[in-house]
Amino acid sequence: MTLLKVEQLHTHIHTNKGRVSPVRGVSFSIEKGEVTGVVGESGSGKSVMSQSLIRLLDREGNIEYNGQIHFDNKDVLALSEAELRKLRGNDISIIFQDALSSLNPLYTVGNQIVEAIRTHQSLSKKTARKQAIEFLRLTGIPSPETRFNSYPHELSGGMQQRVMIAMALVSKPKLLIADEPTTALDVTIQAQILDLIIQLNTEFEMSILFITHDLGVVREICSSVKVMYLGQIVEEGPTETIFNQPLHPYTKLLLASMPKLNSDRTEPLPAITGTVPSLSNIPKGCSFSTRCPYATDLCREQEPPMFSNDGQRVQCWLYDEEKGGWLD
Amino acid sequence: MKEDHQPILEIRNLSKSFTASGTLEKLSGKTKYVRAVNNVSFQLNKGEVYGLVGESGSGKSTLARTILQLTKPSSGEVLYKNQDLTALKINEMRKLRKDLQLIFQDPFSSLNPRKTVGQILEEPLRIHGVKKAAIRQEKALALLEQVGLQTEHYFRYPHEFSGGQRQRIGIARALIVDPEIAILDEPVSALDVSIQSQILNILKALQKNLNLTMLFIAHDISVVRYISDRIGVLYLGEMMEEADTDSLFAEPLHPYTQALFSSVLDGSKKERIPLKGEIPSPLAPPSGCVFHTRCPFATELCKEQKPKLREVRAGQRVACHFVK
Ligand SMILES: Nc1ncnc2c1ncn2[C@@H]1O[C@H](COP(=O)(O)OP(=O)(O)OP(=O)(O)O)[C@@H](O)[C@H]1O
Ligand SMILES: Nc1ncnc2c1ncn2[C@@H]1O[C@H](COP(=O)(O)OP(=O)(O)OP(=O)(O)O)[C@@H](O)[C@H]1O
Ligand SMILES: [Mg+2]
Ligand SMILES: [Mg+2]
Repeated sequence: MTLLKVEQLHTHIHTNKGRVSPVRGVSFSIEKGEVTGVVGESGSGKSVMSQSLIRLLDREGNIEYNGQIHFDNKDVLALSEAELRKLRGNDISIIFQDALSSLNPLYTVGNQIVEAIRTHQSLSKKTARKQAIEFLRLTGIPSPETRFNSYPHELSGGMQQRVMIAMALVSKPKLLIADEPTTALDVTIQAQILDLIIQLNTEFEMSILFITHDLGVVREICSSVKVMYLGQIVEEGPTETIFNQPLHPYTKLLLASMPKLNSDRTEPLPAITGTVPSLSNIPKGCSFSTRCPYATDLCREQEPPMFSNDGQRVQCWLYDEEKGGWLD
Repeated sequence: MKEDHQPILEIRNLSKSFTASGTLEKLSGKTKYVRAVNNVSFQLNKGEVYGLVGESGSGKSTLARTILQLTKPSSGEVLYKNQDLTALKINEMRKLRKDLQLIFQDPFSSLNPRKTVGQILEEPLRIHGVKKAAIRQEKALALLEQVGLQTEHYFRYPHEFSGGQRQRIGIARALIVDPEIAILDEPVSALDVSIQSQILNILKALQKNLNLTMLFIAHDISVVRYISDRIGVLYLGEMMEEADTDSLFAEPLHPYTQALFSSVLDGSKKERIPLKGEIPSPLAPPSGCVFHTRCPFATELCKEQKPKLREVRAGQRVACHFVK
């Protein structure tokens, strides 16, 4: 069952320097229970795209959307502020990289979870407290009764992220958006949090949109992946397919430039030349053409369409529809 | 690989504790100590890249700063060219600063926004007594080229550059004085993979061409593996294991090293060794082996007695009671 369907989404932000469009025509869908990854370099639009899904940026004003977002039969772009609040509170939760700044430093973590529970259900304080402790336990926090009374700063980064996850879960959301939730954590702690996220996905059949710049994390937990570049999804498909036979040159280069534990250390690392162009200076044609080693005149002139092949989609002129692979 | 194993820098039993200054400590009137680096010994051989890995708070940056005498060690020695840096007077140390350069994670905060790249690069030369402007400029332009920037960048200001380009400027500034040793503290951690690999390639080429000795600090194990000839693994301020890179990855011997390597997600599918629990606070480090609270093999002995870092294979040192 399709839970979320996004079609030709554009997000425009009006700033005092003019209009920028961090999301430029993104289409995808998320099935119930699916864990899908969004990867891309810094500035590729991952956060703006995911926040657009629940219109979190509206608060800053001067935002304009084009396209369609359908979540569970709701037309998200047509919802009123009150309906949006309900959507964000009940159906879709979001967690961020920096847990500490999302938590209120003045309240104990227990009280913050109790508050979250009581905005969804009319429960007595005592019952809500019991539930809060259960959520803390569920996320693997040791001695949750004691931790209930801790203030955010008294917890380690990993524990703070667990508290954020506990808070995101109280409404039993259908979709969890996780925006780089493990980027600030150490690898051994990251491994624990990823295990937790997978466990929750199986237990609650919750769909997860997992945003990261780390391809290794994607391979570990996501069944499908979308690769973003300059506000567009340039390739998407099942994780194994993307890792084993990436079609877009950008995906290939991203995968190749990752140092691996078994790579040859004497060879130079494949690198992508140049840097990501700025939003105010988006290249004509294919947006990756300025850095692509295979770019042709066509690539520099005309934006490639999205080609589909067996669940894999790629936006690149080098793709040969008949062959189902690369042009020679 | 490296023929001469002449140590250029030798770190002997280096320790650094900070006094904790939290409110609780002040109220209780008892001074508590953060044990950031504890009894660490290793040496850098001329022309090699020594990698230091460890999770956040393991003392990597403190170790770097203590080596450079940017913070005074609590005890221990740092021997450079037969001098103990910890015993030098400030002006004696100042003369040696040129030889030992530090490159940070975020060079932006250390690049003066009002100066052009040319001025930024030439400043260290001026400080170290290169009087002729023409020579300074020639040197600056040569380094710009070596780190992959262009001549036109000489006249630009730091804010006009991307993160990766700023890191190149930071590297050029450190190397312009021809240091003997470069200490790099997380030089690529803030960068995207595509930019990260550009910088790693540049660092590796520079290191080779200049026969530079490098201490390369990072929490990213695949990055450290790629660039280092030898590696030391830190945990809670202590050295757990040390070996040449290939041996260490072929057979990590310490249970911490094994678990750490298995947690690295480099896109290959593999078995993970889960580590239970949190990294303990350096305010109250565990007794005995500092890793025993998370070690799957810990015994009573580990709780009571700190294992010595001992050589168990040629060039491989491990601090664990049970490694044979
Ligand atoms: N409020 C805003 N006003 C103007 N531009 C913005 C605003 N928010 C984001 N942007 C721009 O939109 C682009 C995409 O930003 P976004 O934060 O979505 O990137 P990201 O992929 O999440 O990057 P990162 O990996 O660094 O988190 C960037 O160029 C950013 O500068
Ligand atoms: N000036 C200071 N005063 C008090 N404690 C300090 C100070 N500097 C560092 N510490 C403490 O010493 C320990 C080691 O810190 P250090 O910054 O050296 O770790 P690190 O390995 O560099 O970590 P990261 O990967 O996060 O950079 C930490 O517990 C830290 O809080
Ligand atoms: Mg982001
Ligand atoms: Mg550090």
